[in-house]
Amino acid sequence: MDLGPVWISLKLASVTVVVLILIGTPLAWWLAFTRSRWRAIVEALVALPLVLPPTVLGFYLLILLGPAGPVGRFWVQLTGDTLTFSFLGLVIASVLYSFPFAVQPLQSAFESVGRAPLEAAATLGASPIDAFVRVASPLALRGYVTAIVLGFAHTLGEFGVVLMVGGNIPGVTKVVSIAIYEQVETLTYSQAHYLSAGLLAFSFVVLLLVYVINRRIPINRIQA
Amino acid sequence: MRFIGRAIFVLSALAGTGPLCAESVAVAVAANFRVPMQALVEAFGGHHEVTLISGSTGGLYAQIVNGAPYDVFIAADSERPRLLGQSGLAAAATQFTVASGQLVLWSANRELQPNADIRDLLGDDIRFLAIANPALAPYGEAARQSLVQLGIWEKFASRLVYGTNVAQAYAMVATGNAEFGLVALSQVMDEKTPGSYVIVPSTLHEPINQDAILLNRGAGNPAATSLIEFLSSSPARSLIRQFGYRADL
Repeated sequence: MDLGPVWISLKLASVTVVVLILIGTPLAWWLAFTRSRWRAIVEALVALPLVLPPTVLGFYLLILLGPAGPVGRFWVQLTGDTLTFSFLGLVIASVLYSFPFAVQPLQSAFESVGRAPLEAAATLGASPIDAFVRVASPLALRGYVTAIVLGFAHTLGEFGVVLMVGGNIPGVTKVVSIAIYEQVETLTYSQAHYLSAGLLAFSFVVLLLVYVINRRIPINRIQA
Repeated sequence: MRFIGRAIFVLSALAGTGPLCAESVAVAVAANFRVPMQALVEAFGGHHEVTLISGSTGGLYAQIVNGAPYDVFIAADSERPRLLGQSGLAAAATQFTVASGQLVLWSANRELQPNADIRDLLGDDIRFLAIANPALAPYGEAARQSLVQLGIWEKFASRLVYGTNVAQAYAMVATGNAEFGLVALSQVMDEKTPGSYVIVPSTLHEPINQDAILLNRGAGNPAATSLIEFLSSSPARSLIRQFGYRADL
């Protein structure tokens, strides 16, 4: 059995999660504490991938990232390579459609931490970054676990967007969900069962871990 | 509860009108053939109520196997209708080829000479050539066969990008992501389509047949049988040709 698509999926999901946390943390932080009137607009934008059909998102990304699109053209000028039909293009697409799955848990975690512990830390002489790293992040640990796992699992399972943006190139952009779709369509059910059952079991174990871990993390624990 | 009661009343009232709707036909049609089929239905006549259900051939096939209420099936291949006839879900003797698709090499931004050699057009500067997935779509398999016949399959293997169906291959070219695509003539023959195309000689690939078959549910429905008959009539065939298909059996 060809396991190539499995590795591409795992690599894609891992890279996507790292980017999601790096971009999602400051944005979720801002959303949790801002009083700006832009907040509602940004929240709506972040939630868009939840409601848009993947083909809509995939089609717009194909235009946006394509060599004739604003982002794609810039990239071609910069590097000589196209964004679409590449692994990097898949990462960008994955980050976009998994965005709410990372930002929303982080935002509610930061909101439940509240301002008080941070203000206390500031009174004790901690810089804002210090206060974030030592006080807020550990308190929001549950949010991070949820964001990482959901972002990872959602990227692994996505199908419509990566199909459009990736072009299904074996060894480059052919991910496990597309491989399964192909096998079901071509009636090779035994192959499809292996991959599907594997994905199902993996997703279940991952989600189970989240719930177990989250139960073990006390809600208010500040690391010394 | 009141809503459920009313819903049951409405449903039973609808069920009661069954005999009055004897002239209605449900046609499951492969998505690529939906537009010509709409025109064919209009030409078929107003006293029949024809409902079109479109989807992928594989998807519709799975629905029919699982008891979907369709009278006629128009697939994007010959294989699925044949399987239905073989398994007794359709009348095997009624299967026939409604139309044959034509493969074209299309570029959304280049001017191609209509009789240019495909090997000359597909130069080394091509970054991506979009085709439908040969494992899933008849147009994809025809594209693969043509590239093999032309002796350039190996050369382009690493530059091929695959759509699930020929519509996605079209989208990859239309959005400028692939310079060329092997797509259906029916997709690009409209004057509003940007760019230009060259017809791939049909000798380079197996026929891309769209086969129709009368399903068991339609066997007792005169409207369904007359629709099947109409599809092989010469007015229907000339209409089908206008949409970029061959219909010369």
